[in-house]
Amino acid sequence: METENIAFKELLDSIRLVYGYDFTDYAEASVKRRVVNFMANHKIAAIDHLAKMILKDEKLFEEFVQELSVTVTEMFRDPPFYKSLRENVLKRLATYPIIKIWVAGCATGEEVYSIAILFKEEGLLNRTLIYATDINQKSLQTAKEGMYPLEHMKQHTANYQKAGGIQSFSEYYTAKYNTVMFDKSLKQNIVFAPHNLAVDKSFNEFQLVICRNVLIYFNQKLQNHVINLFYESLCPFGFFGMGNKESLLFSDKKQFFEDVDRKQKIFMKTK
Amino acid sequence: MPAQRKYEAIVIGSSAGGLSALTALLAALPVNYPLPIMIVQHRYRDQMNLLEEILQNKCKIQIRQVEEKEKIEPGIVYIAPPDYHLLVEGNLTFSLSSDPPVSFSRPSIDVLFESAAETYKRALIGIVLTGANKDGAAGLLAIKKNGGLTIAQSPAEAEYPYMPQAAIDKGGAAQVLTLTEIHARILNI
Repeated sequence: METENIAFKELLDSIRLVYGYDFTDYAEASVKRRVVNFMANHKIAAIDHLAKMILKDEKLFEEFVQELSVTVTEMFRDPPFYKSLRENVLKRLATYPIIKIWVAGCATGEEVYSIAILFKEEGLLNRTLIYATDINQKSLQTAKEGMYPLEHMKQHTANYQKAGGIQSFSEYYTAKYNTVMFDKSLKQNIVFAPHNLAVDKSFNEFQLVICRNVLIYFNQKLQNHVINLFYESLCPFGFFGMGNKESLLFSDKKQFFEDVDRKQKIFMKTK
Repeated sequence: MPAQRKYEAIVIGSSAGGLSALTALLAALPVNYPLPIMIVQHRYRDQMNLLEEILQNKCKIQIRQVEEKEKIEPGIVYIAPPDYHLLVEGNLTFSLSSDPPVSFSRPSIDVLFESAAETYKRALIGIVLTGANKDGAAGLLAIKKNGGLTIAQSPAEAEYPYMPQAAIDKGGAAQVLTLTEIHARILNI
């Protein structure tokens, strides 16, 4: 078992050195679980076999990185978060001539479109720029397309309504066969781009940064690093939203944020 | 004579019918119980803290919902939050994940059991209680393979026998016990 742990660490180290993807500060138990799943799906018996294979085979490596970095989400995930955003944050953002938002770790884009809908309903979308980034290229492609399985719409619609949605949700998409496509007008002000939170730098200044259920995959050291990155990327009095089980506890910037909604994990940068 | 094994943690998985089974196991445990107890009870996602509140009302030992990256301490019953998987890290902290459901469940018993087995090896006790789902069967087997003690609630007694039966059928349960027996076993650890 100890040798397996060493092989696991060596695998992550060589991926970092050869490909520049750094998973060494990810929460280990989740990464291990994904590695084991990948090995089972590809009928690979041992970690050192896997290490040899992906270092030789770039296509397999791509597949491996996709599997390691994929996150799943849904529209208006945790409706009370979006309700609170609407009630406590949007009015204050309305005072800016241009509102810049960073949705970090946007996965397949469901929460990006949720935010676009929220801003549209408050009449702010035409002066809002949303930067949606993720490490995972395949997820980002899905996000860009804005096409989702019809079967998910029941859950999404229920979430939208619980989040205080005021329209008929079906007005935002068209359904064709088993797929729905979100309205192009929502996409106009969204920029989708690859960004790796573990290694890439800040790239703009934002009034709102949203990063939900991404930090849970990182260890405390990387959590601290990434929250620093968000801190640097926020304007004074900018807002920051996290997943409802995440916290600023391990950040040395925590005294520079104050609660906007403690339960929904919405903060404001005060200094 | 081999030295008596020293246990360091208990993991419990329960689903339909779980609340009364958990109450039966936990109600009489003392506040200074020597091990941490980690529980995945299948639950609705918007249930928030209801399960913890109900259990705390009936138990002396401290019950709480896990916080991200929290350090695992003895004498506390940790409950997986709704809509997240719960994992045990090698440095004895918890991680949460939003990975897709396993056996239609998030939190999933298998995910907790497999990660705890990896960390605690033979110092772990795994218990599968009542439920109508096969979640927990693979996890209990993982605990057994790592040398831990594995227990399934007697299906004859369980409110929903399917889940402990699935764990037994998969070969992961070293012992099949009633709630009273399981309670006695963990009380005299």
